[in-house]
Amino acid sequence: MAKVNIKIEGISYQVEEGLTILEAAKKCGYEIPSLCAFNHGECSNGSCRVCLVEVVGARGLVASCVYPVSEGMEIIISSAKASEARRASVELLLSNHNQNCQQCDKNGQCELLNVAYITGAREGRYQGEKTPVTVDELTPSIVRDTSKCILCGRCVARCENAHGLGILGFENRGFSTIVAPAENRSMANSPCILCGQCVSVCPTGALMEKSEIAKVDEAFKAGKHVVVQTAPAVRAALGEEFGMPVGTAVTGKMVAALKRLGFHKVYDTNFAADLTIMEEGTELLGRIKNGGTLPMITSCSPGWINYAEYNYGDLLPHLSSCKSPHQMQGAIIKSYYAEKNGIDPKDIFVVSIMPCTAKKDEKERDQMQKDGIKDVDAVLTTRELARMIKRAGILFTRLPDEEFDQDLMGDYTGAGVIFGVTGGVMEAALRTVYYVLTGKEHEAIKFEAVRGFDGIKEASIDINGTVVNVAIAHGMKNAKVLLDEIREGKSKYHFIEIMGCPGGCIAGGGQPIVRSCFLPNEDDDILDTYKEKRANALYSEDERLTLRQSHNNPQIKALYDEYLGEPNSHKAHELLHTTYSPRKGFN
Amino acid sequence: MAHISEAGVKKINEIIDRHIGQKTPLMMILSDIQNEYGYIPLDVQQIVSDRTGISVAEIYGVVTFYSFFSLEPKGKYVIGCCMGTACYVKGAQLVMDKFCELLNIEPGQTTDDGMFTIDALRCIGACGIAPAVTINGKVYPKLSVSDVPGIVEEYRNMGGAN
Repeated sequence: MAKVNIKIEGISYQVEEGLTILEAAKKCGYEIPSLCAFNHGECSNGSCRVCLVEVVGARGLVASCVYPVSEGMEIIISSAKASEARRASVELLLSNHNQNCQQCDKNGQCELLNVAYITGAREGRYQGEKTPVTVDELTPSIVRDTSKCILCGRCVARCENAHGLGILGFENRGFSTIVAPAENRSMANSPCILCGQCVSVCPTGALMEKSEIAKVDEAFKAGKHVVVQTAPAVRAALGEEFGMPVGTAVTGKMVAALKRLGFHKVYDTNFAADLTIMEEGTELLGRIKNGGTLPMITSCSPGWINYAEYNYGDLLPHLSSCKSPHQMQGAIIKSYYAEKNGIDPKDIFVVSIMPCTAKKDEKERDQMQKDGIKDVDAVLTTRELARMIKRAGILFTRLPDEEFDQDLMGDYTGAGVIFGVTGGVMEAALRTVYYVLTGKEHEAIKFEAVRGFDGIKEASIDINGTVVNVAIAHGMKNAKVLLDEIREGKSKYHFIEIMGCPGGCIAGGGQPIVRSCFLPNEDDDILDTYKEKRANALYSEDERLTLRQSHNNPQIKALYDEYLGEPNSHKAHELLHTTYSPRKGFN
Repeated sequence: MAHISEAGVKKINEIIDRHIGQKTPLMMILSDIQNEYGYIPLDVQQIVSDRTGISVAEIYGVVTFYSFFSLEPKGKYVIGCCMGTACYVKGAQLVMDKFCELLNIEPGQTTDDGMFTIDALRCIGACGIAPAVTINGKVYPKLSVSDVPGIVEEYRNMGGAN
């Protein structure tokens, strides 16, 4: 790559051509305060005017996030002119901002407050009219509050880039501009899949998960038997909320924290991930053997399910009828576990800790309850769990490692753990399908071809003469390619794994926010590497476990022996399977 | 949502066909739909979205950004009152107020019978004949308040709403 010579504050540097001033300055050791710029130009509207710098010879100040460096350029960051302009930009943003910061769940991770601190902006310098506010709380998953929106456009870009959906857009003009679904509708009345990717990029509290902490508090107060389960991806990221390095697996501390929070039972959703593999694997083999609808597509990701129902109603028979793991676990807790412990299911309150906002919506589906009793009563994101832990005064990093409760559903295998990363469900399924078809375990255990972060991965696996063609996609933009192939009758696959969020659950919409400005001890490129680091935390846990195939989980075997009979039995169908129906986006 | 007739859908698709191959067809498509259909409701935006792959939110953003586009049906006769500087100093406000008074609507609104819409326009570039008013493209130069009742009457006599 060609280099150009630039000067920053009078000191000469050589930097790559094509970089913006903001990026080049970072490489030279300067962090110019910025707000709307995000992730290598994923969002680069230059709209917030926070990153203004002086360029000698340029007319006026320039927005460093969109202005490319060029040969001989002289950049001045710290002059009074530039500093005052940056401060004024932030103060103008604050003048049209809801300043009730102590009531905002983003408190502590708000990039606007951060640049306000850095630039020296203080509230109240500019007083005046404010843009009329919309607070959309209609979905069970996401709250959109335009009083906190700074119109940076990150969410607009992310929805389009990850999913090709573009649910959110800029509408109206000038001072009336807001970011919203068309017609400023609720996200509930749009084809939004509730994945929460917009939440994960929002610099302020304009897009947040809908908190259910109060519901959990209520359940404790009401004397319910509160059982908690944690998704695999949570352990790979929860530590970040307490300053631990990205990629630290905190399984033991997480369990210890949950026990200190008073949950009566602490289980791992991995148990149900193993159960999912038994059900889904059996379903797949059945479809292959009996000429059922192929390719079969996984159904663990509720964001993906929403997308399918809105956009591919004709392909719903391709979806596995399996509920997602936490719903299965909820159903088992309120049946098998309730019976075994002699507790009325009505008195049990199941809480799922999930890396996901769509799961909050999923648990409300009519198909996810039986006789008026929901499988799962509350879903907390990884971030919400961190808030509960902080509220309780628990010093997370000093906790000992503790074990999940071991009765009935305490065992889990490595296959369940890797569910949290793209390709993981596929790999887990292949381990078991291989065993069922050959009667022996796959020697390498690992299926490398399905790992990694390529948008679409594919593999052909010859199992005792049966060739199984599989594909994996994450993010709906990638999924669309595979789905259109199926629609056109050109799909060569037997089994497809689809995850809503790019990277899978480890980078889900409910996971800790990754921003280098709040992670001073991480490398500058943390936004490029955090998915891999979190994934490695899961793959290492898989490596460490003795049991790495779902069918070898002894408690899964016991569950079938004592309660369900066999995979896909009538009882299993009643508890563990679900149905889908096409939906219209703008109703 | 409003229901569009089959013929309406066909017409919209024909408009889209005219421009779909172009590099950035959205403005042309919306402009033609606005001209031929009179307004661009969400159902129509959905059709444009399905055909072009541009999200409904983005299309809605364009429609609400440019004042030329309308989300509501406009009247059979659209009275565009120029409020540019030259027209304004020549009494355009009084002319528009008279239209509003006679038709009993505000600028931007449409009469209940669907006959008239009044739009306040920025400079239409006809400063030499200020104050100017356009009605469905026909330009009325150097209007005075006393001309207005006759013009309204003329259009009333020309016929009913769509």
